[in-house]
Amino acid sequence: MPVDIWLIFLLSFMILGSIVALEIKDILSSIVAIGVVGLAVSTAFLILQAPDLAIVQFLFEIFALIILVRAFIRKDYHQLEPARLGRLTAALTALTLIAVFAFSVHAFKGLPEFGRPTLATAQYYLDHAGQQVKSANIVSAVVLDYRAYDTLGEVTVLFTAILGTFTILRVRKAKKEGGEK
Amino acid sequence: MIIYLLCFALFLVGLYELMTKRDLIKIILASGIMGYAVNLMLVLFGYRRGAVYPILEKGREAAAMVDPLPQALVLTSIVIELGTTAMLAALAIRLFNKYKTFDITKIRRLRG
Amino acid sequence: MSEKQGLTVIVKTVTRAILPVIFLYGFYIILHGHLSPGGGFGGGVVLALAFLSVMLAYGRPTAQKWLNIRILHDVESSGPLLFLAVGLLGLAAGGAFLLNVLGKGRLFNLWSSGFILPLNIIIGVKVGLSLFLAVWALTEWDPEKGDDT
Repeated sequence: MPVDIWLIFLLSFMILGSIVALEIKDILSSIVAIGVVGLAVSTAFLILQAPDLAIVQFLFEIFALIILVRAFIRKDYHQLEPARLGRLTAALTALTLIAVFAFSVHAFKGLPEFGRPTLATAQYYLDHAGQQVKSANIVSAVVLDYRAYDTLGEVTVLFTAILGTFTILRVRKAKKEGGEK
Repeated sequence: MIIYLLCFALFLVGLYELMTKRDLIKIILASGIMGYAVNLMLVLFGYRRGAVYPILEKGREAAAMVDPLPQALVLTSIVIELGTTAMLAALAIRLFNKYKTFDITKIRRLRG
Repeated sequence: MSEKQGLTVIVKTVTRAILPVIFLYGFYIILHGHLSPGGGFGGGVVLALAFLSVMLAYGRPTAQKWLNIRILHDVESSGPLLFLAVGLLGLAAGGAFLLNVLGKGRLFNLWSSGFILPLNIIIGVKVGLSLFLAVWALTEWDPEKGDDT
């Protein structure tokens, strides 16, 4: 099936791209390489029939790139000689993660196979969203009518994170000379 | 199942880089990679073979559609991760302000 | 339009010409959130990118003269309050919190599906202004002027 082949190709490209992005020494190149990985995720969302998510992922990832580039490019940045925390720590971490991966194969065998989900609650939403909510976009109906409480929580979390950003950077409304410490 | 394992391998690559890098910027980028892997895994759980996107159109109101619940969850998750990345970038700027370096082995004391 | 700050004259002219189109596209995505993919979040980030292109093309001082940052802060902070107010409407009409009480028209109309349309507008404006003000605050700190507190 073409969908499987496309997804395997995109996932291998993402793994390779993220390894390259995190081993490069230049900051601008590694931020751009993360952008390429995000673009591959957006293409994978398109192949998996989720156009809402493809739009949102693409645009938010561009915005994350802009934030990272504006924050980190104008600094006086020195290159670090050894890039990781010591060879023994790195080898032990790699061995532990490979063991976790080997044990997880058994766990993934217990899931329903790819392409045949158990639509327990979602079948109700798909059948009744046209009549009860009268909205053509079912994902919007789920986010803003059936599960609107979660969207309220998400608006609060976004507001708090941006407020935290302002507080950490100590944005003041009127600039004072000799401000308090 | 190969697809699920590849997605989990992407998550583990991000986790390995998060735990063994000394540079604060690389740590922020690795947490972004882990976020991408988790979102992709959730949408992979909801795919149905031969189904179309969950939007009703005029001529096609009773077709087989993919699961809309993981898509709603991942929509929330993408937005929140952007807020978290902005806050991490602000923290990294303040740390550079105080210690003049991005190396985490040199940032040792909790200074105000 | 001083020549020293921002980018070149070509970029400034093209930005001025194309800015209304970007705003229109952002409002289109927000308003049609219940008919086609997109919704409040996608349209909100398009609005944030429209504001950001003004700041990047013209430089910070000119953008500060055009946009009133204090009013943008106030509008952005009232986003969650308006969301809660719409939710309390459901409570006041005798049902549960966040019950969909406005009228639902026919399917495929623009004025259909209850309060999804006002909620999309509130979310779009709030997300757009939040992201733009976050980038505005991140570029306020200037490393050449030394350490400020």
